[in-house]
Amino acid sequence: MSFLEYAPAPESRAILNLRDQYGLFIDGEFVDGNGTPFQTISPATEERIATISTANTADVDAAVAAARRAYERTWSRMSGSDRGKYLFRIARLVQERARELAVAESLDNGKPIKESRDVDVPLVAAWFFYYAGWADKLDHAGLGPAPRALGVAAQVIPWNFPLLMLAWKIAPALAAGNTVVLKPAETTPLTALLFAEIVQQAGLPAGVVNIVTGAGETGRDLVNHPDVNKVAFTGSTAVGREIARAVAGTDKKLTLELGGKAANIVFDDAPIDQAVEGIVNGIFFNQGHVCCAGSRLLVQESIHDEVVDRLKNRLSTLRLGDPLDKNTDIGAINSAEQLHRIRELSDIGEAEGADRWTADCAIPENGFWFAPTIFDNVSTSHRIAREEIFGPVLSVLTFRTPAEAIAKANNTPYGLSAGIWSDKGSRILAVADKLRAGVIWANTFNRFDPASPFGGYKESGYGREGGRHGLAAYLTPGRALPGTSAGALTSASTTTRKGAKK
Amino acid sequence: MTIETTPPVRTLAPAARAVEVLGGDFTEASLRRYLNGIPGVDAVGLEQRAAGLGTRSIKTTSKAWALDKIIELIDLTTLEGADTPGKVRSLVAKALTPDPSDLSAPRPAAVCVYGDMVPYAVEALGASHAGRSGGAPGSVNVAAVATAFPSGRASLAVKLADTADAVAAGADEIDMVIDRGAFLSGRYGLVFDEIVAVKEACRRADGSYAHLKVILETGELNTYDNVRRASWLSILAGGDFIKTSTGKVSPAATLPVTLLMLEVVRDWHKLTGEEIGVKPAGGIRSSKDAIKYLVTVAETVGEHWLQPHLFRFGASSLLNDVLLQRQKLTTGHYSGADYVTID
Repeated sequence: MSFLEYAPAPESRAILNLRDQYGLFIDGEFVDGNGTPFQTISPATEERIATISTANTADVDAAVAAARRAYERTWSRMSGSDRGKYLFRIARLVQERARELAVAESLDNGKPIKESRDVDVPLVAAWFFYYAGWADKLDHAGLGPAPRALGVAAQVIPWNFPLLMLAWKIAPALAAGNTVVLKPAETTPLTALLFAEIVQQAGLPAGVVNIVTGAGETGRDLVNHPDVNKVAFTGSTAVGREIARAVAGTDKKLTLELGGKAANIVFDDAPIDQAVEGIVNGIFFNQGHVCCAGSRLLVQESIHDEVVDRLKNRLSTLRLGDPLDKNTDIGAINSAEQLHRIRELSDIGEAEGADRWTADCAIPENGFWFAPTIFDNVSTSHRIAREEIFGPVLSVLTFRTPAEAIAKANNTPYGLSAGIWSDKGSRILAVADKLRAGVIWANTFNRFDPASPFGGYKESGYGREGGRHGLAAYLTPGRALPGTSAGALTSASTTTRKGAKK
Repeated sequence: MTIETTPPVRTLAPAARAVEVLGGDFTEASLRRYLNGIPGVDAVGLEQRAAGLGTRSIKTTSKAWALDKIIELIDLTTLEGADTPGKVRSLVAKALTPDPSDLSAPRPAAVCVYGDMVPYAVEALGASHAGRSGGAPGSVNVAAVATAFPSGRASLAVKLADTADAVAAGADEIDMVIDRGAFLSGRYGLVFDEIVAVKEACRRADGSYAHLKVILETGELNTYDNVRRASWLSILAGGDFIKTSTGKVSPAATLPVTLLMLEVVRDWHKLTGEEIGVKPAGGIRSSKDAIKYLVTVAETVGEHWLQPHLFRFGASSLLNDVLLQRQKLTTGHYSGADYVTID
């Protein structure tokens, strides 16, 4: 055996203590759902993991009612510092159970354990810690003094980062004083249900967090429910549109974080080896199941051959296989449906005349797999340059001048993220200024931090998650006191504070 | 009338590699232009990549292979002012029989000593000296540090005499230091010429050359951009190996620096087909760390580079940790420091 093949180093599943069946988590208890239950499987082996309940309309009603009760009676009346204590407690429990959560995430989602262990779960804890700190500082959220929570938040999250997206949704909502009903994706409900156990362990008041599982119908019932005040969705642009239509005309507040087709722009003075790493991280991180993935590589014509060459060499060292093996770089595609879509779009890419190159790696017999693939000589009119593939497929385009790079990067209905690689700081700033994307990484890619807002332009959605902006999405300005305007109140309190300093 | 816009440039000592890559009119200016034209290094990205390589989990059969491989790649080193012939003989004995309790343990690639200790090392190795056995399996090289190691602060004549002396005494490999002062002040030509001259001093009477390892002393070069330039410079000037450190300056070898040097070696191989060696030295004390280096080599230049003429560890205490790990793998339980010989 060659050294590079490395002997298997699987993370043990023994730490997991899963139940055979999971109910819905409503009002602090697990209850059976009234819809037809479904199985959640491991995409790497297609083995069944557990049976999961489906919430029907009545169950969603019960969950929203529980959230409403908890909001009215407990959570909205609790002081910010007490809410913060609960969030800190959740964050610590996530850290304590980090290994278990990472194994469950890799099992259910198919992502490599090194990512769930080193990226997903640590970020989940970071998100709760960050927003726990905000809970008693809402006066500084930028909405004036004493901002108010919105009420009950309906949250629907995708399957690509199941637990992390849950944290992005729940942490700011609870810090701001809202209660939530959250629906995880039907292919990845497992960690949300483990999180429900953490909620119980933390002693969070019943009904503050409710988790309902099910497919699209459950999600529809949830966002259309008349008693929710806020809808937050992360997922595909098609579903986002449907939600926007359903919410239009109601007084629900809405944030959408949708698809992307990010440009990763590499200039000829870029640090080449690190840029290649960044390109790999940009599109092959989490099998490319990343809404902000750098799926369009825009490389300056003069270094195109060199970059593509190095990229192919680098991809040849990526290890595809068992997500629970600590040496796996590329895990399984999350579902048969997604694999079908990736295959379909890749075939279209080939048919449209782009040059397809696939890393030579053995594909396991069972499960859903797609080897890392590069399409070279892609033009902007190709479908693989326009549509979100959401898989380990990179489209390579070239440009000659910075103006052309900017024009090509912006020539997409999406605008979630972009990357710039150059040794020249002034060029990075000048180009970033002209890119229409919510997040722009310079000489790095796919880096996340709870303090940094995240969100899109155009069809990539609206609203921001993370940072102070993410908090504001769950707040409304405080009521002005009778006889004063909000402005007068602000300046009055400022004066007081200044006076107090002296 | 032509106006001299630049001061007259020296033509550098001829070095076949540099002439081939940079063209016939090889001058200090053209060397500077070439080195400055090499793309920069993003420190954050480089360190991130090195950290990623460091998380590979090497178990069971791969680990057993790796431990033996590490031993075969070690330059067992003693570089102290207090070294004595006795100390060197003891080091050689350790190299010949690394683990008296398990004779299947392989021998390290070389012993590395100061120039004046070379005769004692050669004598102690006897028939196992690679120079004498013609590199038969299980033979051990003698490497000598030269050129006013570790500071390199001496005249060129002294450095060359130092080198020639060690080669004449039977050293198979010379570890030279570059003039960091000259490099940092931008006198690339001076550094280049010195390497070329030392390489020439490595020539034996029969026309063959002792293997030349060029120590960059990366801890004094400070930036990754400098390390990359110094690596190219050393290869262009004829070095057979590029080596991170003397071990006398902190930080010595680090994983990011070694990764960067491996990338240069990979690029050089792609450009010319020539294979250059890399030697991280100093600060690598545990098997766990050494395995990270093996992973980095395998995933950057390929497994082919894991051979003594292409990759070395400069280390003194690493061997014993590897032997302890090796004993653990064969017996199933950990023993203690008293179960391996101290030198």
